[in-house]
Amino acid sequence: MTDAKSFPLNAWYAAAWSHEIEHRLEARTICDKDVVLFRRSDGQVSALEDACWHRLLPLSMGRLQGDEVVCGYHGLVFNAAGRCTYMPAQKTINPSACVRAYPALEKHRLVWIWPGDPALADPAKVPDFHWNDGTEWVGEGGTFYNLQCDYRLVIDNLMDLTHETYVHAGSIGDEAITSSPFDVTHTDTTATVTRWMIGIEPPPFWAKQLGRPGHVDRWQIIYFQAPSIVVGDVGVALTGTGAPQGDRSQGVNGAFLAAITPASEKSCHYFWNFVRTFRTDDEQLTREINKAHVNDGRGVYDQDHVVLESQQKAIDKNPRLPFYNLNIDAGALWARRMIDRMLEREQGNSAHVPSEAAE
Amino acid sequence: MAEKMDWRRARLRSMQDLTEDIRLFEIEPAGEFVAPTPGSHINVAVQIGERPDVRSYSIVGPCHDGVYRIAVKLLPDTRGGSRYMWSLAPGAQLTISTPGNHFELGLGRPEYLLLAGGIGITPIYTMALALAQKGARFRLYYACRRRQDLALADHLQEQIGDRLHVFVDEEGARVDLAAEIANLAPGGELYVCGPIGLLEAAKRTWHQSGRPMDQLRFETFGNSGRFASQPFRVRIPRLGREVEVPQNQSMLDALEAAGIDMIFDCRRGECGLCALDIVEADGIVDHRDVFFSDEEKAENRKLCTCVSRMAGGTITVDTADRAA
Repeated sequence: MTDAKSFPLNAWYAAAWSHEIEHRLEARTICDKDVVLFRRSDGQVSALEDACWHRLLPLSMGRLQGDEVVCGYHGLVFNAAGRCTYMPAQKTINPSACVRAYPALEKHRLVWIWPGDPALADPAKVPDFHWNDGTEWVGEGGTFYNLQCDYRLVIDNLMDLTHETYVHAGSIGDEAITSSPFDVTHTDTTATVTRWMIGIEPPPFWAKQLGRPGHVDRWQIIYFQAPSIVVGDVGVALTGTGAPQGDRSQGVNGAFLAAITPASEKSCHYFWNFVRTFRTDDEQLTREINKAHVNDGRGVYDQDHVVLESQQKAIDKNPRLPFYNLNIDAGALWARRMIDRMLEREQGNSAHVPSEAAE
Repeated sequence: MAEKMDWRRARLRSMQDLTEDIRLFEIEPAGEFVAPTPGSHINVAVQIGERPDVRSYSIVGPCHDGVYRIAVKLLPDTRGGSRYMWSLAPGAQLTISTPGNHFELGLGRPEYLLLAGGIGITPIYTMALALAQKGARFRLYYACRRRQDLALADHLQEQIGDRLHVFVDEEGARVDLAAEIANLAPGGELYVCGPIGLLEAAKRTWHQSGRPMDQLRFETFGNSGRFASQPFRVRIPRLGREVEVPQNQSMLDALEAAGIDMIFDCRRGECGLCALDIVEADGIVDHRDVFFSDEEKAENRKLCTCVSRMAGGTITVDTADRAA
């Protein structure tokens, strides 16, 4: 029954931004499961299997009646626990009539759902994504829904930023990235890539944010939490002011945030944000930074979007071609190792889709 | 939620008598073990005389060791599934399904009331162990006819202590359902498995308490009625046919065997598809389904042929057949 998947099911995955879920039916596909989300009148979010028990029509095509979902085909009604509370043309309700209710909660301005065994859904296991709370760190963010690639390709992308030099030349890319050493560490569930570039010319994006002349020390500290959260602590500070030793007061600090949710084996939802601790009241800057990332195909992440989808197409066309790995891939390989271990624990010894080999 | 159930080979590893008429079967599946959730059952291919058939049995316990356990009560006067199971010896080859669940245990409720009658203890036992393990608040009420009919009670006592309350009918003990339901925390749920009388009492009491009906969960076995199973006769004037329903066969099976075209689905008294119109009944109609309401059952206008039967005598029914 358990088909080997490339993503663990026993994990919290971002399914929507909190502001996207109102008192109406909203469909999502999360880990190959069709889910309908809605906000109840008590403010909580519910997530149900998006297929009527009776004839499998997506419940998201129906409507809400109070806090219950009315199927748009024959009017069966399911409550927020997924239990049927009305069947047409009969006085009783078939006791086995229910749709699956997925554990759902809100944290860090996102709605998270647990597609696996609900008995294991511990709210304490929601990834640390506090940078997205909108308090200390500020940013707007967005989502690439249904990005047409394996979610792990996005993780690869973010865990190795040498790609900035080639994909994002002219904004954040810089030769210094490829020539600076980096350090990779890990725990049982996290991996961290740290790179410092000392005494460099700031790339255009960072020069503008810093707004001060002179050479800088640039850092990229990328933190992965299994299975699919990446947070990059990034910034620049004037060289010689002690940033590598911990004093970032003469610099500007941002963080790129990524919650990557598998939709299927070959598509994902990429919830992203770029947040900062400088000029946090400057709403125009917030908008500008968002536009620098996603702007009708011209933003930094738009460039990644093109690369990631093209890469997936190439993988599909070269099924026997393995990935070759470079030393720059150490962070990504540790991330994939953590995912593989989660899969092993979850799927037992049955073969899962090995991440290093050809897809 | 309905899950896909796959058939596979299995081997009967061992058996153990829990009471004089309840036997525990340990079944090792060939190939991958699909872990059951509380409330799950497996289907077992059985042989009723010449006829292959299928029976569903609740899984007993969490089965962490990769072996399915089911408990079967020997019911000599019913449809013959239990007689077949009791005829098996260790090492017997079986065909079983992967687990399905029509009786899922909701998670995170403030309190649970578990109610088992007789052999209905099997899914309730598994639920109690799961709730105890989670540290959930629950009480288990276990009713049976005679003290020697209690199965799994000692083990339950060890595992859940004074959360187990036993009621032996013969000793005059009765569960005060209304009081127990009144004591249940708001949002708490009642899970019932047992004979139809117990289930109907639970439904009525729950309904009277004004609690949401979806918070009463139950599973039917479809083979218990207010009366013992007896043979009876079915008359179908439209077709000019008379069919004998033997004591060990359902009315639906007997009609099908006689070549009467029937529509059905669940075969356990839930969906109502196999219901026929009653034209006349010269005895008592023993409604064993959960599809019709109490009022509808009292009106006696239709019966679910998969589970309901006459307590002897003759029933005259009409079918959907029409001349072309």
